[in-house]
Amino acid sequence: MARMKAHVWVMPKTTVLDPQGQTIHHALTSLGYSKVQRVRQGKFFVLDLDGLSAEEAKTQVEKIAREVLTNPVIEEFRYEIVA
Amino acid sequence: MKFGVVVFPGSNCDDDAYHAVGAVLGEHVEFLWHRSEQIPGCDAIILPGGFAFGDYLRTGAIARFSPVMRAVERFARRGGLVLGICNGFQILLEAGLLPGAMLRNRDLRFICRHVHIRVENTDTSFTCAARAGQVLKVPIAHMEGNYFCDPETLADLERNRQIVFRYTTPEGRLEDSANPNGSLAAIAGICNRERNVMGMMPHPERAVEAPLGSADGLVIFRSMVESLTRHQTGSNAEVKASVPA
Repeated sequence: MARMKAHVWVMPKTTVLDPQGQTIHHALTSLGYSKVQRVRQGKFFVLDLDGLSAEEAKTQVEKIAREVLTNPVIEEFRYEIVA
Repeated sequence: MKFGVVVFPGSNCDDDAYHAVGAVLGEHVEFLWHRSEQIPGCDAIILPGGFAFGDYLRTGAIARFSPVMRAVERFARRGGLVLGICNGFQILLEAGLLPGAMLRNRDLRFICRHVHIRVENTDTSFTCAARAGQVLKVPIAHMEGNYFCDPETLADLERNRQIVFRYTTPEGRLEDSANPNGSLAAIAGICNRERNVMGMMPHPERAVEAPLGSADGLVIFRSMVESLTRHQTGSNAEVKASVPA
């Protein structure tokens, strides 16, 4: 039951248009970064956890990511628990 | 007949909706704070525009977990009329009461201007007083109004005639230049399969009197009143009675 952190990455699904990523890509191209092929913009969350076993942390973070941090229509997520 | 206008921290079109229903149409209307766990005696609920909870995380994502939304969901599932306008539409999407999601406007700008929308279906409690194909001039004011859903959902929406409004030219023609935000299939408003929950990005409550530049939005509130009057002794009365006060 140590203190842990959860890192959660939320990204727009690849099938969904990402106008923000496109705009950043466009800016990078005009700055001369011609090797950048594509930019996708997402979100990164850090959750400080306390009083959970590693297994509980995993279950809870996955539920939070799925039900709150992500809109499954347009986004997908991945996460990791770090000590 | 009683309308309830939900007020979230960050709602900013609640007074406009209250004015449209109360002052312009002369119907009974009350505000409902987001912490209310009940919506006593309401025949119709309006989720107004604004920036509920600062639109943090995603538009409508925090608001959908408000206590009042549990009551609104129960009310909707029992057939009660629920209208979500702009941010209210976004909240209905997040709550899963309507299908799909909102993306940023395709040009990434906040757009605030009058647009034209065509009534695609008059067989709803929100458009029964309108003419089929009628073009309404109403304002939009949003950053995330670019409606998106997967192809299967879009096919369902088309098949079940759930697309209530589309962005068109003033003459009612579908053109890409008349689509202000890039919405899929130029969708400006949809309803659920049961036709008792509708969400729309344009603001009918800001177009209810000539000095506002248009009174075209009034037809939506009139439709709701007409529909409720027609069903007062029927199914809606049962809905009202079955929702705990």
